[in-house]
Amino acid sequence: MTQDRTEMSEDDDDNSQSPPLDLRSAAIADHCSSSSSSTPNKSRNCMALNSQTFPDHVLENVLENVLQFLDSRCDRNAASLVCKSWWRVEALTRSEVFIGNCYALSPTRLTQRFKRVKSLLLKGKPRFADFNLMPPDWGANFAPWVSTMAKAYPWLEKVDLKRMFVTDDDLALLADSFPGFKELILVCCEGFGTSGIAIVANKCRKLKVLDLIESEVTDDEVDWISCFPEGVTSLESLAFDCVEAPINFEALEGLVGRSPFLKKLRLNRLVSLEELHRLLLGAPQLTSLGTGSFSHDNAPQSEQEPDYAAAFRACKSVVCLSGFRDLMPEYLPSILPVCSNLTSLNFSYANISPDMFKPIIHNCHRLQVFWALDSICDEGLQAVAATCKELRELRIFPFDPREESEGPVSELGLQAISEGCRNLESILYFCQRMTNAAVIAMSENCPELTVFRLCIMGRHRPDHVTGKPMDEGFGAIVKNCKKLTRLAISGLLTDQAFRYMGEHGKLIRTLSVAFAGDSDMALRHVLEGCPRLQKLEIRDSPFGDVALRCGMHRYYNMRFVWMSACPLSKGCCKDVARAMPNLVVEVIGSDDDDDNRDYVETLYMYRSLDGPRNDVPKFVTIL
Amino acid sequence: MINFEATELRLGLPGGNHGGDMAGKSNGKRGFSETVDLKLNLSSTSMDSVTKVDLENMKEKVVKPPAKAQVVGWPPVRSFRKNVMSGQKPTTGEAVEGAADKTSGSSGDTSSASAGAVAYVKVSMDGAPYLRKIDLKLYKTYQDLSDALSKMFSSFTTGNYGPQGMKDFMNESKLIDLLNGSDYVPTYEDKDGDWMLVGDVPWEMFVDSCKRIRIMKGSEAIGLAPRALEKCKNSS
Repeated sequence: MTQDRTEMSEDDDDNSQSPPLDLRSAAIADHCSSSSSSTPNKSRNCMALNSQTFPDHVLENVLENVLQFLDSRCDRNAASLVCKSWWRVEALTRSEVFIGNCYALSPTRLTQRFKRVKSLLLKGKPRFADFNLMPPDWGANFAPWVSTMAKAYPWLEKVDLKRMFVTDDDLALLADSFPGFKELILVCCEGFGTSGIAIVANKCRKLKVLDLIESEVTDDEVDWISCFPEGVTSLESLAFDCVEAPINFEALEGLVGRSPFLKKLRLNRLVSLEELHRLLLGAPQLTSLGTGSFSHDNAPQSEQEPDYAAAFRACKSVVCLSGFRDLMPEYLPSILPVCSNLTSLNFSYANISPDMFKPIIHNCHRLQVFWALDSICDEGLQAVAATCKELRELRIFPFDPREESEGPVSELGLQAISEGCRNLESILYFCQRMTNAAVIAMSENCPELTVFRLCIMGRHRPDHVTGKPMDEGFGAIVKNCKKLTRLAISGLLTDQAFRYMGEHGKLIRTLSVAFAGDSDMALRHVLEGCPRLQKLEIRDSPFGDVALRCGMHRYYNMRFVWMSACPLSKGCCKDVARAMPNLVVEVIGSDDDDDNRDYVETLYMYRSLDGPRNDVPKFVTIL
Repeated sequence: MINFEATELRLGLPGGNHGGDMAGKSNGKRGFSETVDLKLNLSSTSMDSVTKVDLENMKEKVVKPPAKAQVVGWPPVRSFRKNVMSGQKPTTGEAVEGAADKTSGSSGDTSSASAGAVAYVKVSMDGAPYLRKIDLKLYKTYQDLSDALSKMFSSFTTGNYGPQGMKDFMNESKLIDLLNGSDYVPTYEDKDGDWMLVGDVPWEMFVDSCKRIRIMKGSEAIGLAPRALEKCKNSS
């Protein structure tokens, strides 16, 4: 049954996107009982085959030409399950791979199944690691991935990492191994510095995108901007707002000047307003701009100061604005010329009062995405509601992120938004005071909501008007928002809230719970009632062994479960691990653990095709 | 010790903050009774003058939590954002008041030659546009280091910097020949701020005293040799 198909594809290099197929490696792909051999490229001469083709060879050729158009990974996953033939062809035509948990499979498994990957999206640490709930050096190392892909995917063009540990050596290997490399996106990553970035800038001659987003980048005192090669670049997007290191501005100006395709530029706070002015004058084609610092060292002198408003006026294409670090509010009006074009505005690093805010927002009729600090107060939110009728996404962060802070926004702001922004799809709202009535109003006014994340910062806070738990508010959200896929709850919540979630939250994929619920029943409602649940993160809630056992029929269908500071026993976790061999059950303690303790500080469990990982630090026990 | 460790991560607030304190409505049982004990422990450390009787009473009363008590990772705002708001550089991770923050954020920066598990030093090479960081503790001998360095900068050396470069340092007579050539030699800055040739002191001493490494052309390093020999004679 196993035949070596040796027809070589013609027109290999017709389409520059298509890498030459290594037929031999395709032939030894695992799970294949018969080797694949369909012509690998996207040309139309698939029918020009030699007379020794078998009937399914023709089928596979046709299939490949069809499947190449399939983009959605859900569709591709479905297609790959039809039969072996479809599995094989789908594996050959999948060029973009998404891996939601880097420990769900080994890099070797990836390269053995998918042969022609051009783009990889890889996620590492669980989200609660962002809040210091996990010791550093837990894992999620990019190293094994880059070294395996270096050999298997010479045509790799794009790497998008989230919460991974990436070293300078990894970046060096990446820069050396992929001559056609185009896009590097690092979100919430760490472990590297400006020296690694310099290597990428220098060696990836076809680089289009270099986006460093909310990552920790060490300052190695390297002038990485000067490391970009001379001559016209292919750069389309350059984001380094998280890099806390001074940059060579002349070099940046030169780089921007020779990057005609540059559309997106996010500066760090060490670029001054005057420097921004110079850049804007030289780059009017920008569509997305992240300003650096928005202040002036000396007291403003209106005659001698550059006309910042004129610079912004010249940027007719800017639709997305962010930055505003170290903001001096008197400079804010200089962005007025672009306000009416804006679809996205991020003020979340700027402490802006309602009085400074309102004149700006009144012009932003087209705004769809808005992030800000709660310093704009309920008054500012009312202004948003009055003007931004197209708003789809709202995020309000706390200026003072402590439990006992004042909290300038409340249910009034939420209510106003719900009434003014009927198309709202996603909301993240930090506050100190909330009422069920406002949450219910939002559930009724905003039927398009897919993401509802409400964080009442004081733990166990009830409805501050009625004194009741927030059960009814969240209950209304899951009942009325039929498209809801992501939910984060807070405030005083009883098991009743969870009963609502289990009953109505049929599309929920991600659920975040903190300091909520009364008993195991709460978690049981969710585990038994939410069929689409993929990612469950719980902290400091009274859910124990009984609840954990209730989900055993679910865990293979989920990406991960995180439970920290919950009354779980090691014995029960061991039972779960024993009963479910393809589930990796990690108990994360601390460096000074007593191994004999039955107490489980943090449970992190996830399905895996390749068993427990081999890079476990000493504070992690895999049961 | 379980209570002690638990306080580090899960500081509960003292008093009746966990029940419907505003309306006096009972919230039903809490999941674990340890929390109550936790709260007592916290109260006793933060309010020195409070008597034992008062502590008992506090369980029933509605008490505003002391301002200093914070829970790790709550509210869930990322360190990066918190640091921007508080106006400080995000290098050392979170500064959470009160709570013993065991995890100290996700700091990627380590200064050179620390006494601990890592000894990061910057390595620069004349002519190369970027520098690298290495952890000296990963290597056992000068040979290891030499191999690693030549691999790291291989694209710039075009064969001029080979493993021989380092070994020959141990041999005084070859030193002069090497320094006259165009081969690259590694030099380092030690704790005193002096620039020395790599290889003249015993390995462990080197790891302890090296602050940064610079790979320069042999001809430029001539001036360093006498000092290196001098220091070696003085220290041994």
